[in-house]
Amino acid sequence: MKKLMMTAAAAALAIVATGFSANAAEKLKIGFIYLGPVGDLGWTYMHEVGRQALVKELGDKIETTYLENVSEGPDSERSIEQLARTGHQLIFTTSFGYMDPTLKVAKKYPKIKFEHATGFKRAPNMGTYSGKFYEGRYIQGVIAGKMSKKGVLGYIASFPIPEVISGINATILGAQTVNPDIKLKVIWVNTWFDPGKEADAAKALADQGADVIMQHTDSPAAMQVAAQRGIFAFGQDSDMIKFGPKTQLTSIVNNWGPYYIRAAKAALDGSWKAGDTWDGLKEKMVLMAPYTNMPDDVKALAQKTEAAIVAGTLHPFKCPVLGQDGKAVECKGGANLDPGQILGMNFYVKGVDDKIPGK
Amino acid sequence: MGLLEAIIISVIAASTPLLLAAAGELVVERSGVLNLGTEGMMIMGAACGFAGAWLTGSTFIGALFGIAAGCALSLVFAALTLGLAVNQVAAGLALTILGVGLSGLIGAGFVGEKITPAPHLYLPVLTGIPFVGKILFGQDGFVYFSVALVVAIWWFLYRTRAGLILRAVGDSHTSAHALGYPVLKIRLLAVLFGGGCAGLGGAFLPLAYTPFFIPGMTAGRGWIALALVVFSSWLPGRLAAGAYLFGAVTILQLHAQAFGLGIPSQLMTALPYLATVIVLVLISRARGSAGSVAPASLGIVFVPDR
Amino acid sequence: MQLVLEKRAERSTKIAILSPLLAIALTLVTMSVLFAILGKNPATALYVYFIEPLTDSFTLMEIAVKATPLVMIAIGLSLCYLANVWNIGAEGQFIMGAVCGSYLAVVTNGTDAGPWVLPAMLLMGAAGGALWAMIPALCKVRYGANEILTSLMLVYVADLIMDYLVRGPWRDPKGMNFPTTASFDPVATVPALFETGRIHWGALAALIVVALATVMLGRTIKGFEIRVVGAAPRAARFAGFNSKRLVLFTFAVSGALAGLAGIIEVAGPVGVLQPGISPGYGFTAIIVAFLGRLNPVGILIAGLFLALTFIGGEGAQISMKIPLDLTKVFQGILLFYVLACDSLILYRIRLIASPKKASHGIA
Repeated sequence: MKKLMMTAAAAALAIVATGFSANAAEKLKIGFIYLGPVGDLGWTYMHEVGRQALVKELGDKIETTYLENVSEGPDSERSIEQLARTGHQLIFTTSFGYMDPTLKVAKKYPKIKFEHATGFKRAPNMGTYSGKFYEGRYIQGVIAGKMSKKGVLGYIASFPIPEVISGINATILGAQTVNPDIKLKVIWVNTWFDPGKEADAAKALADQGADVIMQHTDSPAAMQVAAQRGIFAFGQDSDMIKFGPKTQLTSIVNNWGPYYIRAAKAALDGSWKAGDTWDGLKEKMVLMAPYTNMPDDVKALAQKTEAAIVAGTLHPFKCPVLGQDGKAVECKGGANLDPGQILGMNFYVKGVDDKIPGK
Repeated sequence: MGLLEAIIISVIAASTPLLLAAAGELVVERSGVLNLGTEGMMIMGAACGFAGAWLTGSTFIGALFGIAAGCALSLVFAALTLGLAVNQVAAGLALTILGVGLSGLIGAGFVGEKITPAPHLYLPVLTGIPFVGKILFGQDGFVYFSVALVVAIWWFLYRTRAGLILRAVGDSHTSAHALGYPVLKIRLLAVLFGGGCAGLGGAFLPLAYTPFFIPGMTAGRGWIALALVVFSSWLPGRLAAGAYLFGAVTILQLHAQAFGLGIPSQLMTALPYLATVIVLVLISRARGSAGSVAPASLGIVFVPDR
Repeated sequence: MQLVLEKRAERSTKIAILSPLLAIALTLVTMSVLFAILGKNPATALYVYFIEPLTDSFTLMEIAVKATPLVMIAIGLSLCYLANVWNIGAEGQFIMGAVCGSYLAVVTNGTDAGPWVLPAMLLMGAAGGALWAMIPALCKVRYGANEILTSLMLVYVADLIMDYLVRGPWRDPKGMNFPTTASFDPVATVPALFETGRIHWGALAALIVVALATVMLGRTIKGFEIRVVGAAPRAARFAGFNSKRLVLFTFAVSGALAGLAGIIEVAGPVGVLQPGISPGYGFTAIIVAFLGRLNPVGILIAGLFLALTFIGGEGAQISMKIPLDLTKVFQGILLFYVLACDSLILYRIRLIASPKKASHGIA
C-alpha cells in the first residue's frame, strides 16, 4: 500500500513537473554506449548506476537510452551514430575504445553533444571525462601497507593501459609511506571480466604469500577468495562489502552520477561546453567506500590521507618519483607529475616486482 | 598449507567445470552427434543453477536446476538435429546464441546477489592429513562427482552392453540401425545426458567457484570443453588428463607471473591453448598413420529409412 | 501415431523457396508471443527488427558494412565444409589477416608512401590469414591432428598476439600509451563508396568473392573435386583426387578470405588496429555459411539477413528499450526455424501409425 502511495505521489509530481517543462516532446534525449552488459557488477554497471541517478534527478525533463555490449571494433561507430540519428542530443560513450568512433560521429553531427570517458581526443562538441582513480589507489596502498602482516600485496591487473599502471604505482607509493620494504606481486589476467580466472589469480597470489588482495578487474570473485582465505581485499568500481563483510577494507567507487547530472543540466540550460573533466576524490567522482575491518589507527590514517588528497596538500605522484631502476623520472608538472604523465603512464615505480607486458 | 598443495587444489577447481561439460560432450560425440552448443548450455546452467540455489538456499537444488536447464536446451537441439535432421554444427552454434541470450534474461534479476558456496567435505582425521588430506578429502561435491562421472562413463562405454551399443551407433548408424537398435532414441538420451553435464558444469561456476552470477561468466569454457573432447581422442581417461593439464597450465602461468618471471603476460595467457595444440600434435604423431579415432558417424545426420 | 522424417526422392525446389518464408512466419508468431509476455507491442517490435532498417539509406548501408566480413569469411568456410574439412578458427585467421596487413600501415604511417600501400596491405592480410590457417591444415595432413581443436585454439593465440603488438611494439607513440596503433593514413585506408555512409569497396570485394565462388563451385574441376571429396570420399580417391592437398587448399582459401576480411575491416570501418576488432565475425560466419546452405548466393542472402537482425536489434534497443539479450534469443529462435524449415527441402514429415512402439524416430 505504501509503495502504491509513493508511486501515486511520484506520478503526481511528474505531472506537475511536466507542466513546467513545456511539453513532453521537448525532452532532452540522452544516450549511453556501454562496453559490457549492464549487469557486469563492474565498470558498465557503475555507469548504469550513474544513468539511473541522472533519471532520478532530472525525471521527465530527459529521456535516456543505452546500448549495452557494444564492442569497441567496427560496431561502435554505427551504434553511436544510431543514437545521434534518433534524436539523442547528448551522448556518453563510456569506454576508451570508443574514442575514434565518437570523434568521427561528432564531426558528422556538430550540433549534438558528445562526452567520451577516459580518452584524450576532443572536439568543439566532444568533451572527455574521467576519474582520478589513482587517488583512491594511493589510500588503498596506505591501508594495505599497514594491514599486511607479511609485507606482501597481491594485485590482479587486467590490461596494461596507463590507468591500470598508474593504479599499481599509486598503490605501492602509498604502501611505501608506511612500510618501505613492502612487496607487490602483480598478475595480469588479460581480461576485464572472467570471474573464474580472477578467482584463480587471487588464489595464486594468496598461495604465494600475499595477504592483502587488490584488483583492477570487475567482478567480486577476488573478494570472495580473500574471504575464504581469511585475508583482506579491496573492492573495485563499486562497494563490494556484501561479498566480503569481514574482508573488504574499502573500495574505490566510480561515482559517475553527479557528472552525468551536471552535463545534462548544462545541456538543458544551453551552457554545455566540451570540456576536459578529470575529477577525483575532491569532486566526488571517486568515492571511498566506508573503511571497515581495520583498527582505528589505520582507519584514522586512511581518513587523514583522504582528507589531505581532497585538500590538495598531498599528491600521490609527488616528485621525485623514482622509476624501477631507482632513478627519478622527469618531473614535468613542477611539484608533481604532470597530468599527461599520469594519464599516459607507462613505467613502474621503484619497488614493483614485475615487468609491464609488451614493454 | 604448502604451495604445491595449494596449486593442486586450485588446479582441480579450475578443471572441474571443464571436465563436467567435456565428459557429457564425450558421450554425445561417442553416439555420433556433435553438439557445439556447450557454451550456451553451460551459461544457462550457470544462470538457472544460481537462480535455484538463491531461491531455495540449497546448492544441491541449484545443481539440479542447472542440470535441468542444460537438458532443456539440449532437448531443443535434439528436436532439430535428430527429429528434423538439421545440420548439427549450425544447430549447435545457434544453441549457443540462444543460451547466452536466455541466460542473460533469466539472470538479470539475480545480478548482485550472493549465495553460500557449496560446502567442502570435512572428515575429522582424513582431511587433516598433511598434503593429501585436503586434496583428497576436502573438496566440494562437484569435484567428487566429476571424477565419479568420468569413471562411470568409462565403465559404461567399455564394460556395459548399453555402452557398446552407443559406440556402435556412433561408429556406424546404418549398421546399428540395420541390427535393430533405435539409433535416434539412443542419440536423444546421449544428447540429454550431455546437456545435463554441461548444465552442471556451468552451475559449478556460480554455486561453488565464484558464488555469484554475472551474465557471460562462463567466459568461453564451453569451447574449451569441446576442444578437450577432441584432444582426448574420445577416451574418458585422456579427457580427465587433458582437463587437468589445461587447468594446470592455466594456474601455473598465474603463479609464474606472481613469481615475477617477467615473461609477457600475453604469452603466458596463450600457454594453455598452445600446450593443448602441441600435446595433441604429439599424440597424433605418435599414433602415426593409424588414422582418426573420431566416431565415424560424428556429425552426420541420420534418418532411418523404412 | 507418430511423426517421422522421410527422405524425398529429390530436393523440393518449391520448398527451397518457401522454407525461409515459413521460418520467418514461425519466428514472427513465436516472438509475438514473447514480446506480448514482456509487455512490448509485437507489431511494432517486428517492424523495428525487420522493416525499419530497410527504410533508410543509413541503416541499409550499415547492413552492407556488417554483412561484408560475414559473407567473405562464410564463403571460404563453405568450401571447407563442402569438402568435409572443419575449419572453425576463422576468427583467428581474421585477426591474423588484420595484424599482417596492418604491419604495413604501421611502418608507413606518417611517411609519404604511395598508393601501393593499400593493395600491398590487402595481399599481406590475405597471406597472413592463409598462413595462420596453414598451421591446423599442416598439423592435420602431417600428423593427423584434428583440425577442429587446433584451429579453435589458435583463435585465442591470434588474439593474444594482436594484443601484444598493439600494447607493445605497434602502439601509437602519440596515443598516451593506450592499446591502439596510430590511425591509418589515407593511402592505407579502404575508401568509402559514397560521400556519406560507411559502405566501402570491401562490400564490392565481397560480391566479387561470391561471384568467383559460384563460378568455381559450378564450373571448375576444383569445385567438382571439393564437392566429390566432401560427399563421397571413397569415390574421390577412386577418381584420383588427393584429399590431403584439398585440405591444404580449402584451409588456404578460407584463411585467405578471412584474412582479407580482417584487413578490410581494419583498414575500412575501424581505421586502426586495436583489441576487439572482431565482434566474433569468425564464429558468426559459420552460422552464415550453413544458413546459406553452403551455396555462395545463399551465403550472400544469409549474411545480409543476419546483418539485418543485428541492426534491427540495435534499433529495438533504442526505440523500444528491448534488452540485447532478447535480441539474441530472437536470433537463436530464428536460426532454429530457418534450419528446421530447410530440412523440409530434403525430407518430408509424415504421420504414420506406430510401427513397433516408439522406437524409431522421435515424436
